Amino acid sequence: MSAMAAGAAATDPMLPAVARVVGRRRETADVWTLEVAPPDGWAGFAPGQFNMLYLPGLGEVPISMSGDPAAPGPIRHTVRAVGAVSAALAALRPGAAVGLRGPYGSAWPVAEAAGADVVVMAGGLGLAPLRPALYRLRAERARYGRVALLYGTRSPADILFRRELERWRRQLDLEIEVTVDRAAGDWRGSVGVVTRLLPRIAFEPVSSVALVCGPEVMMRFAADALLDAGVPEPRIHLSMERNMRCAIGQCGHCQFGADFVCKDGPVMSYDRLRARLKIREL
Amino acid sequence: MTSDRPAVLTLEGLQGLIEALAAEGYRVLGPTRRDGAIVYDAIAGLDDLPAGWGDEQDGGRYRLVERGDAALFGYAVGPHSWKRELHPPHLTLFRTRREADGFSVEAAADEPEPTAFLGVRACELAAIAVQDRTFLEGPQADPHYARRRAGSFLVAVNCGEPAGTCFCVSMETGPRARGGYDLALTELLDAAGHRFLLEVGSERGRALAERLDARPAEAADLAASRAVSERAAGRMGRRMETGGIKALLQENQEHARWDQVAERCLSCANCTMVCPTCFCTTVEDTSDLSGETAARVRRWDSCFTLDFSYIHGGTVRGSTKARYRQWMTHKLASWYDQFGVSGCVGCGRCIAWCPVGIDITEEVAAIRGEKNPESAG
Ligand SMILES: Cc1cc2nc3c(=O)[nH]c(=O)nc-3n(C[C@H](O)[C@H](O)[C@H](O)COP(=O)(O)OP(=O)(O)OC[C@H]3O[C@@H](n4cnc5c(N)ncnc54)[C@H](O)[C@@H]3O)c2cc1C
Ligand code: SF4
Ligand code: SF4
Ligand code: FES
Repeated sequence: MSAMAAGAAATDPMLPAVARVVGRRRETADVWTLEVAPPDGWAGFAPGQFNMLYLPGLGEVPISMSGDPAAPGPIRHTVRAVGAVSAALAALRPGAAVGLRGPYGSAWPVAEAAGADVVVMAGGLGLAPLRPALYRLRAERARYGRVALLYGTRSPADILFRRELERWRRQLDLEIEVTVDRAAGDWRGSVGVVTRLLPRIAFEPVSSVALVCGPEVMMRFAADALLDAGVPEPRIHLSMERNMRCAIGQCGHCQFGADFVCKDGPVMSYDRLRARLKIREL
Repeated sequence: MTSDRPAVLTLEGLQGLIEALAAEGYRVLGPTRRDGAIVYDAIAGLDDLPAGWGDEQDGGRYRLVERGDAALFGYAVGPHSWKRELHPPHLTLFRTRREADGFSVEAAADEPEPTAFLGVRACELAAIAVQDRTFLEGPQADPHYARRRAGSFLVAVNCGEPAGTCFCVSMETGPRARGGYDLALTELLDAAGHRFLLEVGSERGRALAERLDARPAEAADLAASRAVSERAAGRMGRRMETGGIKALLQENQEHARWDQVAERCLSCANCTMVCPTCFCTTVEDTSDLSGETAARVRRWDSCFTLDFSYIHGGTVRGSTKARYRQWMTHKLASWYDQFGVSGCVGCGRCIAWCPVGIDITEEVAAIRGEKNPESAG
């Protein structure tokens, strides 16, 4: 019986490793990037995957990796302080301990996109889980066709990774278009929703690959715009967000239809999601 | 008893079985009567069993009744399921302690006692097999479940008295145990006396059975046992048409029936708590006042709570309609995608323990467009 085979001494996948914060960087008013030293046994991650970060007495939340998966050194997590756990994580100083389990979840199909144009669409903090994919696309730039990042955020002050984006743009590796929901007079960029940026870029829709991450409404609109432009459903990838308690398919919280977002996702292709995205409150 | 040939135990023989299990080091749990219900609890012998009690169940209704005979297992199922033992309602996962440079994590001691379950129904064996898929066959097994499962000795008792809420025949899980047990009993109460047919289902079961004072079964005992199951199969209180049920539910997510059932549903979560296959949990964090130590506790949760689907900015399934739809669609449809089996074994608990008597079989029939589900009677 499988019960016997599972063994009595197996360690609990719910136990976090204790990892150490080694760096901290402010990105915007309420967003911080934490650098965490890899705990024992850490074997790296793929772009789009996440960790469960835990603080004693407070709780544990899913946070994506935002750094370069190929770079040695600390694991980067970019956290927006929205509630008790995320605020406490964002406030951690170098030297602090944090519980860590992971990596979990599916990855952006970066390698599979070789040869194709790649359209990356990010809304708000959605840029953080996409950044590892951008690092990989840049690192092997010659393998891809045109690569564009379309990024929409609330205001100019909320632009994440601003200096890095400016540098990338200067290097002409990526086409980068940024838009904000609202801006004061000194903003010379676009104002409006991120989907409005799509007509500005040149790409071959039928053969391109789209990577989309942001609030669910933004992703629905982005997917519609990409479909209208002619990108086939299986080539559009979204990263879904649901409540998560375990990240290993056992707590039930992250269900989205028949999928467990924690292990079947978070990155899923639109053909798989389409019918479900149309059902309210699924 | 020396072979896998079925044997017959007398009442004293059954007492001997309970004692043999205890002597083997098992904590023995079985049906007992408490607070007007049959619940699973520690038993030392026959005196602890609910002799002469049966149950009457219907939508929103569960009542013990005197049977007028001496049957020890003359009920169907109560509010408890063996899930309580294998997947405890409350479990401390680990504790943390503050250290000079942060904190340390220590797994909570988890050394469950080997436990024998006496009186496992066929639908409950099926439910255990369903939970095995959730907790043992995923990418990472749950070691707490694995330990309890490996240490459990299952004594099935074939159902002779299905309740008004039962539909295991529709779900093809009962009423007769078809494997997954160590030992299986059929209670026989006829002119030939009060006795139990004993069948062996595992190596452990055989080893234990060999030590019992039992006589080989005769053809008449075997026939009587089969008759018990056939009679039970013919007296299912409810039925559910399962043909194409996955597509039926997945393609009818906007059916008007969800709004109608939501008008009655209280979102109380009773159905998920009594269901032997529902596995959902949440985790809670506690710490002492000084913050010196903290603990992480896993607790049963339910998709009927608002917090269940909370993500910053709101709850995904805010309406009762969405939550009821999640529950029923999960049980009867997405479970097939996730685990390759139905998440419903037809035990009827959710029907009996629903305070307003919502009936999963009736809801399926309504979505199929049938007015009243025909009863198999
Ligand atoms: C796969 C995945 C990747 C994520 N990556 C990032 C990231 O890189 N950076 C980042 O800042 N945030 C990310 N999030 C969102 C982040 O997990 C939530 O902001 C966080 O859980 C909020 O917790 P809280 O206690 O601070 O907030 P509260 O609003 O107080 O939330 C209470 C509890 O609800 C749950 N919860 C609330 N919001 C969410 C949510 N959006 N997703 C899942 N559970 C939630 C959590 O268990 C939380 O503890 C990600 C979420 C998912 C599912
Ligand atoms: S859904 Fe209802 S009938 Fe089916 S297994 Fe769960 S409690 Fe029993
Ligand atoms: S029906 Fe609800 S509580 Fe039961 S397993 Fe499914 S999601 Fe969890
Ligand atoms: S987060 Fe627990 S099942 Fe996905």
